[in-house]
Amino acid sequence: MKQILTVANKEFYDGLRNRWLVSITLIFALLSIGLTYFGAAASGAVGVTSLSTTVASLASLAVFLIPLIALLLSYDSFVGEQESGTLLLLLTYPLSKSQLLLGKFIGQGGIIALATILGFGASAILLYVQLGDVSILSAFGLFIFSAILLGLSFTAISYLISLSVSEKSKAAGFALITWFLFALAFDLALLALLVGVEEGITQQGLTQLMMLNPADIFRLVNLTGLDNSEVNGALAVAINAGLSQTQLISALIVWVVLPLTLAIFIFKRKKL
Amino acid sequence: MNTPLVSLVETSKTYGKLAALSSMTMSLNEGEVLGLFGHNGAGKTTMMKLILGVISPSSGKVEVMGMAPDSKEAWHCRTKVGYLPENVSFYEQLTGLEVLTYFTKLKGFSSGKAKKKAIDLLEQVGITYAMRRQVKTYSKGMRQRLGLAQAFIGEPKLLLLDEPTVGLDPIATRDFYKTVDQLKSNGSSIILCSHVLPGVEQHIDRAMILSSGKLLAMGSLGELRQQAALPVIIKPLFSKKEGLDAVVAQDSKLKGFLTNSCNNTLMVPEHEKLSVLKQLLNLNELDDIHVESANLEQVYQHFLFLHDKKNEPQVGKGEQS
Repeated sequence: MKQILTVANKEFYDGLRNRWLVSITLIFALLSIGLTYFGAAASGAVGVTSLSTTVASLASLAVFLIPLIALLLSYDSFVGEQESGTLLLLLTYPLSKSQLLLGKFIGQGGIIALATILGFGASAILLYVQLGDVSILSAFGLFIFSAILLGLSFTAISYLISLSVSEKSKAAGFALITWFLFALAFDLALLALLVGVEEGITQQGLTQLMMLNPADIFRLVNLTGLDNSEVNGALAVAINAGLSQTQLISALIVWVVLPLTLAIFIFKRKKL
Repeated sequence: MNTPLVSLVETSKTYGKLAALSSMTMSLNEGEVLGLFGHNGAGKTTMMKLILGVISPSSGKVEVMGMAPDSKEAWHCRTKVGYLPENVSFYEQLTGLEVLTYFTKLKGFSSGKAKKKAIDLLEQVGITYAMRRQVKTYSKGMRQRLGLAQAFIGEPKLLLLDEPTVGLDPIATRDFYKTVDQLKSNGSSIILCSHVLPGVEQHIDRAMILSSGKLLAMGSLGELRQQAALPVIIKPLFSKKEGLDAVVAQDSKLKGFLTNSCNNTLMVPEHEKLSVLKQLLNLNELDDIHVESANLEQVYQHFLFLHDKKNEPQVGKGEQS
């Protein structure tokens, strides 16, 4: 345990030193405050818009940003150390592969989690001060919690990438493709399936397919609780199929644990 | 006799079809310094990785401190092993002190002690003046010193150093060998891996010469010299102008040792050295004399040359059939 914390501590400080924490927090804070205040600009009014609109817009932006940030933050975690030779050195220390991986995960996950809490938390508090509605805190609480899980899930996925390739530049390429597939292509494919193929897929089937993408689960988590009028497209259909919040959150947790376990497995079999 | 600290018995390591190391047998005793020589791809690093337990042998046995280094039981032994990899660039954005503190903690020191220990080690390798600077500002030599400091953490019983003197200036090299001698007298065993040979001779007890995964020769420098049977080079200087050739030409025994390639040089087999020297010293015209035994580099080249010669005809045959 001490070894894990030593590694986690180092990774966390790396994140601070590289200004990752500051930049992610700033991006999240500006984004959420901006959306909170100017989300209604399209309808001609400036000011705090309704809670459901705010959370819906935040979720649809976060679903692109958070995976990208998580992948960028950790795609070179292993392949980078392998290239500089420190990975081999670390493994001659009394430090197991799983300890090293979990340590990195806690450290880098900590950066993402803290940035999410600070960045989005800022606008939650701002909204709460303006409107004084307790439901804001619970809605934002759920949003922040699921955003953290989304970030952790993509951190674990980027470890899979970082452990499977032997060059940093390749890892970067794969990270970009992974982001594109999960954040954009998957939804387009679903939509094509829904529109293009008649009677091709049931509501139930669609929801089940969405479980294959952590980004979609995150969307579902944050949109199921809202007024349906704010949501349209493939998601609305899926929402109507109805999966409980707990089920969705568990699915998201599976998307953290599964890639992480797989990453440990790959790491243990990796030749050095 | 006590059990050796490190022993390899018929150890092989293959990567696919490539035999990185084939049936290697060796042992290293406590307080012994072993030089591991061979050019790139000879299997030096593979052997080190096997001893470190980072990879497992394809066949044969590796034992370090009585245990297989890749097993779980050997876990606690790892605090007693120091390693300097050949190519390592430490975390560039951290300062030297931060890097070393991190590694010291991973070696099992508590956070409080780790920093103090790290400063001591940095002092030992002489880069305390730069310890609060980022590693990316370090020169090659400073990075190498940082790597050495890292290998010295926790007074290791066993040290594996891959090209330790690369990039070190002469003074730092001297300091490094001083540390090696000191560690040795404290009972540490050291494996020095190198293809840079000058300077290393007086600090190693035994040398091991590898080529393409095979052991070519192993023994103390004296033994290797004897095996190689390389001649001693004697260069006498005479006051008369005619030089060596004229003086020696009169003596049938000395004449046989004259070389065509070099003027004024005698190539004498090791066992004849003393008698030839006596004879030369008796000559009145002798002004000065220079005696040079074969050094490690010549021994090394001799064994590699023998190995290449042995292999060549086989390759030829293989192609014909």
